[in-house]
Amino acid sequence: MRNHPPLVELRAVSKTYGQGHAEVHALHDVSLVADTGEMVAVMGPSGSGKSTLLTIAGTLEDPTSGQVLIGGQSLASMPRSAKARLRRQTIGYVFQDFNLLPGLTAAENVSLPLELDGMSARKARVAALRALDGLGLENRAGHFPDQLSGGERQRVAIARATVGQRKLVLADEPSGALDSVNGEAVMRLLHSACKNNAMTAIVVTHDAQLASWADRIIFIRDGRITDQTIPAVGPESLLTVEPEK
Amino acid sequence: MSVRHAMLALLSEGSSYGLHLREEFEARTGDVWPLNVGQVYTTLQRLERDGLVASEGDEDGPGAQKMFRITQDGARELDTWLRTPPDLSSPPRDELVMKVLIALRVPGASVSEVIQAHRRYLVELMQQWTRIKEDADPADLSLGLAVDAELFRLDAVVRWLDAADARIKRVTADAAPADTPAAATTPAPPHTSVIESLPRMPLTTNRKVRTRR
Repeated sequence: MRNHPPLVELRAVSKTYGQGHAEVHALHDVSLVADTGEMVAVMGPSGSGKSTLLTIAGTLEDPTSGQVLIGGQSLASMPRSAKARLRRQTIGYVFQDFNLLPGLTAAENVSLPLELDGMSARKARVAALRALDGLGLENRAGHFPDQLSGGERQRVAIARATVGQRKLVLADEPSGALDSVNGEAVMRLLHSACKNNAMTAIVVTHDAQLASWADRIIFIRDGRITDQTIPAVGPESLLTVEPEK
Repeated sequence: MSVRHAMLALLSEGSSYGLHLREEFEARTGDVWPLNVGQVYTTLQRLERDGLVASEGDEDGPGAQKMFRITQDGARELDTWLRTPPDLSSPPRDELVMKVLIALRVPGASVSEVIQAHRRYLVELMQQWTRIKEDADPADLSLGLAVDAELFRLDAVVRWLDAADARIKRVTADAAPADTPAAATTPAPPHTSVIESLPRMPLTTNRKVRTRR
């Protein structure tokens, strides 16, 4: 029995774009639950509907049918202003191409969403510096995005997505533009945010190595969830193989 | 993997006893490839027979141990081995590839389901390796590199499954009748008809193949 509702729940969500011959069924009857502290990866080929799933879970789009609940609260009955507040306060987004504002420093990029949500500039800056510090970017706070490496830019984007009281991080191919070592660092940070800050992350990727950082991996194909991984007994089993004879 | 050359590599750092070599080998490979003592001593005896290592001391008597050192020939052999790429020119007889190829031919078999069953298993294994990496000391390079090697190996197989899935789906869509435009976007039906429409693939080959490990 659950004591709390899951942080994110999609109930029989479908999404259709266009009409008639141009109709495209991006999602069919998708149900998904992600708990607090859980990192879920969604794997599937291009065009399978995984990014649509993310935008709907992130309240950026409405489903054609079905329900989305965040913290047990249905979005269908939520006024637009409340939905916008939920997006600002609860959900952070990480994109493949970082989406940092080029005219702002790293610290300003991170503090901006807090200021937009009404926090004083001074408090927002303190929170931003703390977030950057936690990701090893204390010496990069005053740098502009074009003065940062790809890996550093994505860490700034993660700081922006996790700063404040956010509970949910949605990441769309967050390591797609990075090499494997920097990609791993990004996934390590996201997983750590889930475990240490009781956040929930849904990460869309086609890369099995990056998905393997998740607690659970959901496979999507042609807009339908087809399968998911079963939690392993324990990684130590891999290190107790019989010696070679 | 060549235990023989791993022993030479360890001895290139200095003389050592067999038991110590075994401990060092396991530590250097992040405990991913355990060895038994018998294998270590058999390997050392063969290296000594071939003049690649030499020993001092006597194994006779309680508690006595032989000290092994690398010879000049052994050092040359190690250097040559390090620079020689392993033979990857012939494809191994891969059971997974065979299963997918066979699934294409079995009436009623869903190839996409077969592929997904293998994909899920591989990704679950990758999750276990990643947990090991996550828990490991970042300074433990041996473990990090050994786990990376395993992750990249498994990832390559997953990529092959993804490519196979996409290729089969494309051929299926091309083979679908023109009056079923949704065929490309709806889940593939049981693949009996699909298999019949696919080119007949040879399941055996005359090419000489090596057995993996």
